[in-house]
Amino acid sequence: MTEIRLETRALSRHFGALIAVNEIDFKLNAGARHALIGPNGAGKTTFINLLTGVLPPTHGRVLLADRDITDRAQAERVKLGIARTFQINRLFRGLSVLENVCISVAERLGAAPSMFYPAGRRTDVIEESMHLLETLKLVDDAGDRVSELPYGRQRLVEIAIAIGLKPEVLLLDEPAAGVPSAESHIILDAIERLPEHIAVLIIEHNMDVVFRFAKRVTVMVGGAVFAEGTPREIEANPQVRAVYLGQAGRG
Amino acid sequence: MTVAASPVEPAAVAKRIVHPAARVLIGRHRFQWWEVLPWLAAIGFYFAFPDYLGFGTELLIAILFALSLDLALGYAGIITLGHAAFFGGGAYTVGLLAFHGIWTEPITSLLLAAVAAAVVGFASGLVLLRTQGLTLLMLTLCTTALLGEGANMAHDYTGGFDGLPSLPIAPVFGVFEFNPLYANTQYLYSLAALLVCFLFVRTLVYSPFGQSLTGIRENLLRMHAVGSPVRRRLVICYTISAAIAGIAGGLWAQTNAYVNLSALDLDRAATVLIILILGGHGRLYGAFVGAVAYLALEHLLARIYPTAWQLGLGLLLVMIALFARNGILGLGEVLWRRYLAGRAAS
Repeated sequence: MTEIRLETRALSRHFGALIAVNEIDFKLNAGARHALIGPNGAGKTTFINLLTGVLPPTHGRVLLADRDITDRAQAERVKLGIARTFQINRLFRGLSVLENVCISVAERLGAAPSMFYPAGRRTDVIEESMHLLETLKLVDDAGDRVSELPYGRQRLVEIAIAIGLKPEVLLLDEPAAGVPSAESHIILDAIERLPEHIAVLIIEHNMDVVFRFAKRVTVMVGGAVFAEGTPREIEANPQVRAVYLGQAGRG
Repeated sequence: MTVAASPVEPAAVAKRIVHPAARVLIGRHRFQWWEVLPWLAAIGFYFAFPDYLGFGTELLIAILFALSLDLALGYAGIITLGHAAFFGGGAYTVGLLAFHGIWTEPITSLLLAAVAAAVVGFASGLVLLRTQGLTLLMLTLCTTALLGEGANMAHDYTGGFDGLPSLPIAPVFGVFEFNPLYANTQYLYSLAALLVCFLFVRTLVYSPFGQSLTGIRENLLRMHAVGSPVRRRLVICYTISAAIAGIAGGLWAQTNAYVNLSALDLDRAATVLIILILGGHGRLYGAFVGAVAYLALEHLLARIYPTAWQLGLGLLLVMIALFARNGILGLGEVLWRRYLAGRAAS
């Protein structure tokens, strides 16, 4: 029996009359490779925002390894081991690739509050950041300003910043969105090389990515869980095909 | 810190931190040879222009004030039009203490000015830094206006519109007097204060804390997502920045031997912003270049067009906004890179 890393109980978020996320009970196991799919406006990103503390829920609870974190602020949840990437890049655009990763690593190692010695003296931060860039094959770009990289590589940096936090739970919001299909394999490779123990939840519209990567799939429709199962079960489910997969143009 | 300092580490580790990008980060805080130039120029000015030391003092104080703004605006991205609040806070601290005969020793007065301005910065920062952008801009402006009006209304203590004239400031170290006719002491005293504050700010911006401020400037939302206590960092930065602006204000009061409402007005808040934009923000030396350029232009233009000198300044600002977003220093960097690229190509 694998342990549950992240769990939600009747998690809901209303925006006025609109129920964006409706009574979701969800479990993410340690080491999971879980995909969250659904049509636009299904509430997937809102759900991620509830998990990470960007938004407070209207009601319901969020538990991280059996610990209630519903009332914890976003930054505290990061310290507890939840990291995320964004659907639209949120990078430190004017800084180099290495600096982008260093900011996240320095924050995790507790270096960031120090005022009275040069950041360059924390070679542990720099060394670890370089190591991370090596694993993501970004070393050649280390000195380049992120805003000058091709979009696909920028998406990699987006992931690198999150991995720099050494999370227990990693939430990837459409990691390959906007990446030309010729480059999307670099994102997929990076995701496949993530450390095994991390629980990964990925929102993705590209069904090739979902079926290649995920061991388990949850389908959201209209703010609620519509179906959940293995990729094979989901693909075979006629109702899912009707509401979603048909539109995605697969099969 | 050199790579050789960790000989026990495996070769792969050593390779990682000798990568050019890593070397840049490791060595960035080291002093460059040219960093001594502004200080040599300042000392040279002392001997070359003994009749202009009053102007020189004004310049040094403008640099210090702009430097304090650079920490908040240039590094942490706090958009503010209210830094005159802290300048004025420092100036009135020195002024009130001296005028009412409570405390006239200059160096400790400056420290008290820093503390008073830091308190204002901390208290206002706690509230204001919950907002961003235009809202923040207006609220910082309001803070200055409120303090200005407060100083105006507290006429019995602050002298209201007339201010506090003829402040008795004790000699520095009990020896060097502030002579209103010959500003030698004022100049060197201000230069020393600027040097100390500059070294402090320089240490800060190259520290891990400074790097995290840069992160906040570059992407505030992402900083939340990497677990950074963003608001705490901003408030700390704002408080330190306010303290330094307070020292600048204190210096201004001491070296002029008066305080009036101009320490707290919008004109002062706008001027320091223009100086920083002109020189280039987020660059430490932008404050130096901007202050020299601004005051030199003001002098020059006022001589040529006494009634309309601000027109020339406005035109220059338009040019900067259109063609050199990062100020004079930013423009210099672009030209230097082009020159290097051209040389590499030929």
